[in-house]
Amino acid sequence: MSQIDEQLRTELQRQGVWVTSMQDLYNWGRKNSIWPLQFGLACCAIEMIATAASRYDIARFGGEVFRPSPRQADLMIVAGTVTKKMAPQIVRLFNQMADPKYVIAMGACAISGGPFKQGYNVLKGIDRYIPVDVYIPGCPPRPEALLHAFMELQRKIDEQKLTGADKAEFLKPDQPSEFPVPRFGRHDLEPRANPNVFQPPVLER
Amino acid sequence: MRPDPYLFIVILIGVALAFPLIPLALAWLWRRFFQPPKPGPDKTSTYECGVESIGEAHVQFHVQYYLYAIIFLIFDVEAVFLVPFAVAFTGLPVGAFIAILIFLLLLIEGLVWAWGKGCLQWQR
Ligand code: SF4
Repeated sequence: MSQIDEQLRTELQRQGVWVTSMQDLYNWGRKNSIWPLQFGLACCAIEMIATAASRYDIARFGGEVFRPSPRQADLMIVAGTVTKKMAPQIVRLFNQMADPKYVIAMGACAISGGPFKQGYNVLKGIDRYIPVDVYIPGCPPRPEALLHAFMELQRKIDEQKLTGADKAEFLKPDQPSEFPVPRFGRHDLEPRANPNVFQPPVLER
Repeated sequence: MRPDPYLFIVILIGVALAFPLIPLALAWLWRRFFQPPKPGPDKTSTYECGVESIGEAHVQFHVQYYLYAIIFLIFDVEAVFLVPFAVAFTGLPVGAFIAILIFLLLLIEGLVWAWGKGCLQWQR
């Protein structure tokens, strides 16, 4: 399936014959039509909107079709501060997206809570509940940074395998496609993190 | 010999059938051989902006809204004509002025009639 000898391929290409594998074709199609889910949470969303508009033009990378429904989206850009009120909705939206699905955590807030890390109502990073593929540091990250993250994601998609033991996660039947939605507890969200996707870093003292 | 004119329709029907069926068949094959389906309670639930849906989806609206929509049309039409009227107001001859007044009177008459009929009363 993907066992074309690299040398043979370049040799054929030189003769005007273009060979590809199903995996390459599939990934090529996928990576050039990543449709993001249309939602923004805070100031970072403004940068995301700027990225989608004409000056930065995410359409050059095939990501201009912001879908208003998770059923049609491939990518969730968590652009902004995730409050604890909002976190269950985000996890549920992620659950409702069809596989394969990817997440970009955009900005300091989505990564760790950012400037509001001490806030009682701010989630300290969306990666506590859902797996994040690309993190973009910055407050806010510039549109170029989002484009860079987009290209990183494209690179990741391009390298995903269709078969074999190291095939992509979404192709393995035992890998979950849904993640537990946190509930509002007495003081905090319960559980406070999903231990299957988030292990707190160990502090060295 | 000219081909049967119905032949084109037959060809077009074939294309119209193949056009959706081929991608659907490809997607089905793809799911069959590569992508294991992973349904779940969240994934298959109703999409409501991430919020859990509550209650029935079949909500009935009161017929009174329909009456209100019709009466709203009076003001709608009035606004459409009043704006150009106001813009051109100073340069209008007397005849045009009277014409627009009659037009307004007709609309107002409709409103008064609806009022008299009790359409402005919320009915249960
Ligand atoms: S990272 Fe900065 S710019 Fe982005 S949402 Fe948080 S506070 Fe706003």
